[in-house]
Amino acid sequence: MLDQFPAIIVAAPLIASAICAIVRHERTCWLIALLVSFLCFFGSASMLGQIQDYGTISYQMGGWAPPAGIEYRVDLLAIYLLILVSFIATAVLVYGRQSVSAEIKDGIRGWYYTMYLLCLCGLMGIIITGDAFNAFVFMEISSLSMYTLIALGKDRRALAAAYQYLILGTIGATMYVIGIGLLYTITGTLNLVDLGERLPPLLDTSAAIAGMAFIVVGLSLKIALFPLHLWLPNAYAFAPTVTTAFIAATATKVSIYLLIRYLYSVFGFAFSVEQTPIPELVLVLSVLAIFAGSLTAIFQENVKRMLAYSSVAQIGYITLGIAIANATGLTGSLVHIFNHAVMKGALFMLIGGIALQIGTVRISDMAGLGKQMPLTMFGFVLGGFSLLGVPGTVGFVSKWYLAVGALENGWWWLVVLLMLSSLLVLVYMGRVIEVAFFRERPVGAPVLKDPPKAMIITSWVFILACIYLGFDTSFTVGVAEQAVSVLVGER
Amino acid sequence: MELSDFIVAAFLIPIIGAFFIASSGSKPNVREAYTLGTAALLFMVVLIILPTVMQGGRPSTEGLTVLPGLEVRFVIEPMGMIFALIASTLWIVNSIYSIGYMRGNKEKKQTIFYTCFAIAIASTIGIAFAGNLFTLFLFYEVLTLSTYPLVTHKGDDAAKAGGRMYLGILLTTSVVFLLPAVIGTYYVAGTGDFTVGGIIPADESPIVIGALGVLFIYGIGKAAVMPVHRWLPAAMVAPTPVSALLHAVAVVKAGVFTVVKVIVYVFGLDLFSGVDATSWVVYAAGFTVLVASIIALGQDNLKRRLAYSTVSQLSYVVLAAAMATPLAIIGAAMHITAHAFGKITLFFAAGSIYTAAHKTEISQLNGIGKRMPITMAAFTIGALSMIGVPPTAGFLGKWYILSAAMEIKDWFVLFVIFVSTLLNTAYFMPIVYRAFMKDEDVPPEHEHGEAPWPVVLALSLTALGTLSLFLFPEVPLTLAKALVGQSL
Repeated sequence: MLDQFPAIIVAAPLIASAICAIVRHERTCWLIALLVSFLCFFGSASMLGQIQDYGTISYQMGGWAPPAGIEYRVDLLAIYLLILVSFIATAVLVYGRQSVSAEIKDGIRGWYYTMYLLCLCGLMGIIITGDAFNAFVFMEISSLSMYTLIALGKDRRALAAAYQYLILGTIGATMYVIGIGLLYTITGTLNLVDLGERLPPLLDTSAAIAGMAFIVVGLSLKIALFPLHLWLPNAYAFAPTVTTAFIAATATKVSIYLLIRYLYSVFGFAFSVEQTPIPELVLVLSVLAIFAGSLTAIFQENVKRMLAYSSVAQIGYITLGIAIANATGLTGSLVHIFNHAVMKGALFMLIGGIALQIGTVRISDMAGLGKQMPLTMFGFVLGGFSLLGVPGTVGFVSKWYLAVGALENGWWWLVVLLMLSSLLVLVYMGRVIEVAFFRERPVGAPVLKDPPKAMIITSWVFILACIYLGFDTSFTVGVAEQAVSVLVGER
Repeated sequence: MELSDFIVAAFLIPIIGAFFIASSGSKPNVREAYTLGTAALLFMVVLIILPTVMQGGRPSTEGLTVLPGLEVRFVIEPMGMIFALIASTLWIVNSIYSIGYMRGNKEKKQTIFYTCFAIAIASTIGIAFAGNLFTLFLFYEVLTLSTYPLVTHKGDDAAKAGGRMYLGILLTTSVVFLLPAVIGTYYVAGTGDFTVGGIIPADESPIVIGALGVLFIYGIGKAAVMPVHRWLPAAMVAPTPVSALLHAVAVVKAGVFTVVKVIVYVFGLDLFSGVDATSWVVYAAGFTVLVASIIALGQDNLKRRLAYSTVSQLSYVVLAAAMATPLAIIGAAMHITAHAFGKITLFFAAGSIYTAAHKTEISQLNGIGKRMPITMAAFTIGALSMIGVPPTAGFLGKWYILSAAMEIKDWFVLFVIFVSTLLNTAYFMPIVYRAFMKDEDVPPEHEHGEAPWPVVLALSLTALGTLSLFLFPEVPLTLAKALVGQSL
């Protein structure tokens, strides 16, 4: 069975989603989704050792040899993301049963799990496939199911948010497919490895340049790179908590993965970094994303929206590593993909618990929660430390790599900007924490307690992971460094 | 047990203690017993480590590698030993004091208070024993964060504003200046391990050395070199035991301790004193000494006057360290010790007055020496130590710093110390005069004598400590000399 895992981790969620669509019984669907997500996680984790020992796994779909057939290709970079996505998917499900019951209308909860599995299938597919067009198909699967996952929110504004995302997401996907169309016309192949081999002599053609531009812009929309981030805040804020926790930790990360693939493997490090203005452009946009995102976060009343803007800023840190464009900086990017997923996942889960108990996520309604929901709020404080980059948390590790990467380029000013930006985190997280701990709960308000055990425990697993992975970086940094050495080695 | 196990134990004891304290919230007596027990245990473990360090050993633990080249590791050198000794000794006394003070003033949320206190002590031990810059930075930040709930303990608007200033300045300086300095050091030197003679290559360009100097001195906000001193008076909204231990001992001493460590083990004395790019530090520190003393003169609130006095005294240490001669470093180490005992006595006295008489302003203190003779006698000893009059500990630190300045004929330093001694006298002696020589203006609203006995016991102990350090300075002096490679 082991050698079939590359197919199983994509096919299993797809088939399971069909089963869920037929069964539609809430509890059963949840269980199916949980088991299948765990299977994906188990499959991904068990492939890791094999790849570290024997190198990249290439799986030929239907027995057709690449480049004609579709190839599933699992290298270190892919497995890193596969483990992340499947782990988050599993953990969010463990966390989310009560939250789904509370936030999704009765009768459509079965559909919710159907869409969840489809989305998982799409995300896993994008990562694992070695075929440019196949990646587009999976991108559409994940996006369409994601629009549904957002629109199912109780808040009617979720519909508008999903619609906004639908329009912008479709534009992004269309640009991406135009880009690969252009590349196909000059190379005659869709296999990513094959593309990487055939492109170099053709890189000065206008078709290649235009194709690259379309792909980069299209993916930037999906990534929500500033200023193409406008769909993100509303989508995160009004979606059901489980959706937010899941997509905030995975969706944008997968698009970043694809961007890294194209820039470093397909077009090649030498071309992307040295002959195009992409690094400079991404550098400016990343810095703007970091500051604009954090500054906007400071003025939000809705905590989910605040965290969404914080995500815009954090995405800026990830793309910053791409712009720094040396091994250290790129390692910082990959590590931060993982670290940000863990810490944002944790924070959204904790907020979900608050939403379940008090029914809103407005800062002003959170007065006195420090005393009444101590586990939730204490977790929130620790998550805030991580976001701030306090040493001993994951946030520090990412920042260390980005800063050293910047120094290797001689960019002292960037180090200072990087540090200044983390202070903004202190301001917006501090607002929530001050209200929760220093204001008394209004007289007559119902007495609260921490949310149900499953939610608190899962959230705390993530919070503790923020600290554990801040000290033991052998997996996050270890695998990221190996993956980077392959990427940079491919130039 | 190996010695390295004791080092780890010294760090873990307060943390484990914190858990026990937190879990015994409903039973104040049990909670206080845990606090005292933990403090005593920590002190014993530190004493077990002491002889080895006195004999010139540098015991260490295995490193925990976080990133390649970046590890959490404890190495005990003489300076760290001094700091750990001060912190663990005074934690016991402070715990006794806290019990009297917190109960006497019926403070709320005492469990979280004692819990955060224990975590702050653990961070202090972490700073003292840090074997490299990363470890030091890690615990430096944890100390800031764990003391924030202590500073804002009262929970009212004043506490919140003070807390904002505290966290804002300390985190801003550490993240924007200190962290780049740490990263820059690792990048330039390839390591952050504290090494005798320094790690920054001597042929590094003066611009880089100067830049690192600026980033370190102003990044270590806890050392309160002007203009990053504002957090210190702001933090005086905290209950007095917090001001006493954390803002006379742990937090501020962590600041100057870090400055000394960076100058001795990162720059190295030869490099630091040999390069023009770092000569400004003496002037920055001297300026702070004088200006803070002048501001202290104008404060009527007793705790605020003590706070500015602390700002001024901290810069003595920075001033001494910046001279970067062996004698000056001995002076810095001795001054850290002396100031800790003297200042905690002064804060204890201020808290004692507040508890017994509910007075906070100096102008209200006429004649209080007759009602609270022990408190005010202890206050006098603390004040004399600040001024540097024998037979108090403050004399020793000043003696060494003065000798160092004479040795290199640094007239600026001599001038600063001379003037500041006059200023110290000018803002401390009137308080003593009021307390003992003047009569009460109006009878107090309620009859009172001394504060509760644990408070009086604690401040008597530290006052005695201030005196006995002058008479028996062997332990800190041996360690201070070992720090610069001299034997007694």
